[in-house]
Amino acid sequence: MEEILKGIKAGEERAVARAITLIENNPSERERLLQGLYPLARLPYLIGITGPPGSGKSTLSEKLIRAWRARGIRIGVIAVDPSSQSSGGALLGDRIRMGDVAVDQGVFIRSMATRGALGGLNPVVFDTVLLLSAAGYDYILIETVGVGQNEIDIVNLANTTLIVTIPAAGDEIQSLKAGLMEIGDIFVINKADLAGADRMVLTLEQMTALEGATEESWLPPVLKTIATSGEGLPGLIEGIDRHYQYINKYGLLEEKRKVIIKKQLISLLEKRLKERVLEPLIGSAEFKRAISRMLNFEEDPYTLVEKLLQEKGV
Amino acid sequence: MAEQKIKVLIAKPGLDGHDRGARVIARGLREAGMEVVYTGLRQTPEQIVRAAIQEDVDVIGLSILSGAHSYLFPEIMERLKKEGADDITVIAGGIIPEQDVGALKELGVKMIFNPGTSIQEVVDFIKKEIQG
Ligand SMILES: Nc1nc2c(ncn2[C@@H]2O[C@H](COP(=O)(O)OP(=O)(O)OP(=O)(O)O)[C@@H](O)[C@H]2O)c(=O)[nH]1
Ligand SMILES: [Mg+2]
Repeated sequence: MEEILKGIKAGEERAVARAITLIENNPSERERLLQGLYPLARLPYLIGITGPPGSGKSTLSEKLIRAWRARGIRIGVIAVDPSSQSSGGALLGDRIRMGDVAVDQGVFIRSMATRGALGGLNPVVFDTVLLLSAAGYDYILIETVGVGQNEIDIVNLANTTLIVTIPAAGDEIQSLKAGLMEIGDIFVINKADLAGADRMVLTLEQMTALEGATEESWLPPVLKTIATSGEGLPGLIEGIDRHYQYINKYGLLEEKRKVIIKKQLISLLEKRLKERVLEPLIGSAEFKRAISRMLNFEEDPYTLVEKLLQEKGV
Repeated sequence: MAEQKIKVLIAKPGLDGHDRGARVIARGLREAGMEVVYTGLRQTPEQIVRAAIQEDVDVIGLSILSGAHSYLFPEIMERLKKEGADDITVIAGGIIPEQDVGALKELGVKMIFNPGTSIQEVVDFIKKEIQG
């Protein structure tokens, strides 16, 4: 463990990579790792990129990374893909689009499978973010496929969330409205070389404008890109810069961090309380007795619960 | 939940533009419960080794059609050694002439599968190699 920590501090890729595996695989080692890591961690800038499968998230990421590298920014990438429900395996294909940036010394890319439980995704990603920050990466880019709950998870973490879609038909816009609209800081209509991009921009603009913007609130821009050719990329990079300035101006980076930390503490407390209080209680003789008393209508559940908790001293 | 998944990098070094075989293997390994990082076509030895290290894979599977194995493999194995990552199991598949097999194994390539190999054989080999 000491060795891994020293390696992380020195920015050694092998140590960083090994540590991520520990975070993914080994709960007890992970705890020890995080205890050693916390004093080294910093507050990185987190960019989430999400949207439907194949919308061009990785191709855009590659272009963004290139631009940020030109400014000397060190970038960690966490690319999350779903695990197969039937086999538990996963195909992690986001590196296909990474080209040269994958060998850039200032870039660290890690692919990660969701491993089923989405609730379990967040802590693993969060700890990996801490780890990458401790290893000296300034920006952390998290790519997730936007189907279902994932994109809500990502917004719990990210400081700036990009929603990447493609020109689409009306009913798909409806589904956007349902989930993604509220969480996007920047909307990207990628594949603007396909028909219908302008109409899509208009529709999304109307929808974001409905949310209304005051001076201190952010009106999410709707931007067109062609990730493959790089068209529209300067505009996107500028949009991200503006959002970064915005969140800094209003202290939102710290505020977000507070929210995340609070959530993390609460979920950890819940877990420990479950392990130390709830589970032993459920296994106890008093609990069995309570069930039979309820079965026979000898006592009501509310009274019983209070008694059970009192016996445990809670 | 402590979940120990076998993680495999499937890479396609060399210049030829077909990766159907590599994709089939990648999908087959996923169906066997492995986590498969697929990096796509025309990967340089540097890209392959860097990806293997960052992804912390247990196995590198190289798919080769172009006959370029005789210079690509030595560079890959050398880079792995230099990075202290030569504990990663390297296997290969594709069209590799019989007379080259010995030299590749000497370099440290654990297994060479010829084109007729079933995915199950590859799965079994990897499981035995990694889980013992
Ligand atoms: N025509 C067109 N194709 C694009 C554009 N951007 C990306 N593509 C293509 O769309 C396909 C998917 O791109 P990716 O970047 O892998 O998309 P992704 O959203 O990361 O995909 P997943 O991670 O699988 O969800 C690739 O074949 C890209 O070359 C674009 O602007 N126009
Ligand atoms: Mg992708």
